[in-house]
Amino acid sequence: MADVFMPRTLDELLDLKEKKQSLALFAGGTDLMVALRHHRIQPKALACLDHMDAMREITDTGNHIAMGAGTTHAGLLASPLVQEHIPVLARALETLGSPHIRNMGTLGGNIVTASPAGDCLPPLTVLNARVELASRDGFQTLPISDFITGPGTTCLKPGQILWRVLVPKTPAYCIHHFEKVGLRRSLSIAVVSMAAVLNLAPDGCIQAVRMAWGSVGKTVVTCPEAEDILSGNPLDPAVLEKAAQAVMQWVNPISDVRATAGYRRKVAGNLVLRLTRYAAPPEGGVRP
Amino acid sequence: MDLTFSLNGTALTLDAPSDQRVVDLFRETLGLTGTKEGCGSGECGACTIMVDGQTRLACLMVAAQLQGRSVITIEGLDLTAQGREQRHPVQEAFVQAGAIQCGFCTPGMVLTVTDLINRSPHADETEIRRAISGNLCRCTGYQKIVEAAQLAARWKQEEP
Repeated sequence: MADVFMPRTLDELLDLKEKKQSLALFAGGTDLMVALRHHRIQPKALACLDHMDAMREITDTGNHIAMGAGTTHAGLLASPLVQEHIPVLARALETLGSPHIRNMGTLGGNIVTASPAGDCLPPLTVLNARVELASRDGFQTLPISDFITGPGTTCLKPGQILWRVLVPKTPAYCIHHFEKVGLRRSLSIAVVSMAAVLNLAPDGCIQAVRMAWGSVGKTVVTCPEAEDILSGNPLDPAVLEKAAQAVMQWVNPISDVRATAGYRRKVAGNLVLRLTRYAAPPEGGVRP
Repeated sequence: MDLTFSLNGTALTLDAPSDQRVVDLFRETLGLTGTKEGCGSGECGACTIMVDGQTRLACLMVAAQLQGRSVITIEGLDLTAQGREQRHPVQEAFVQAGAIQCGFCTPGMVLTVTDLINRSPHADETEIRRAISGNLCRCTGYQKIVEAAQLAARWKQEEP
């Protein structure tokens, strides 16, 4: 039996963190309740974040889009700020769970769960997102790629909570791409996923590109070599194929109940080829 | 804890453990067995309920979260049980379309479709399938459930 607390302010929440031993934070509950049911954790107290209104704010700070860690995925999808400035995150959230799960699950929860398959993580990585952590000592921000250290592990210290996620508005990209391969179209943990943001020059050459993959390593994987192969080159099948080969060499997937390592490796490369849809159609021809 | 919330339009106060799963509160404590538990991990949608106008999964909620909220379970749509002549239109659509086989997914499906039709009476097939993508059915192959939703949508559009 666990006592359930419903703090309303950061102060109250940090107080609970300090005073209650064995406290688990209950955001959407979509990961926590499953873990509780399987006795993977046995907290004596739950801090439910339903009344932490400040954690559900989405704001444009000028330089950043700031999203409270308690924003639900549905809330993010409904946000004009997210749709306009960081559509790659919206594309990923559309594939997350189900409509009911999206009404409950939160951005912060997805990050702190830190699954290698987490759907928010590749988009936040390509956007160079930073996490803002709050504690009695104040606020601290660090890159999301530094925050998540392995499967299910972050560098959250005792007494710290994930407060906000900050995405810089620049550089701005014109192509925001996300694709997730799973065993079904919804309610499906990613077998492999890829987020990509690109800018193309007027002649169709790739001016800037960032890519990140989920479910092919201990955490989100980026492949600088593939980005180098694409930079400055046209978005054509030969270039994409070269980048895909580099990715297949680079990723380090495992075999598990959902897929073999070999399958994941192949799909990680194939997902790069899917960027061909953003190439200008050949003159007089039809886009493949 | 002392829990007070609105259930299917009526204010309710009861004493319940704050960490009791909502699906258990409904089924075991309140005897409202319309909300089903198919998986207990949010992956099937059989426990779909409405809280403050949004669909939620009762197997992933605890009692404390209901405090002060407005909750609808499938029993709230059971108009004939409430003495009315006709079924709720979405239930009627499911019956007419032949969209019920074993019936286990049906409460969650009906609530989800009701929510969809209320928000988006002109929903097309793509939108319908997306809306029910969190509700699994092992019997029907979904086709007749989609047709039931389309029928219910048509009726909603025709409402004066």
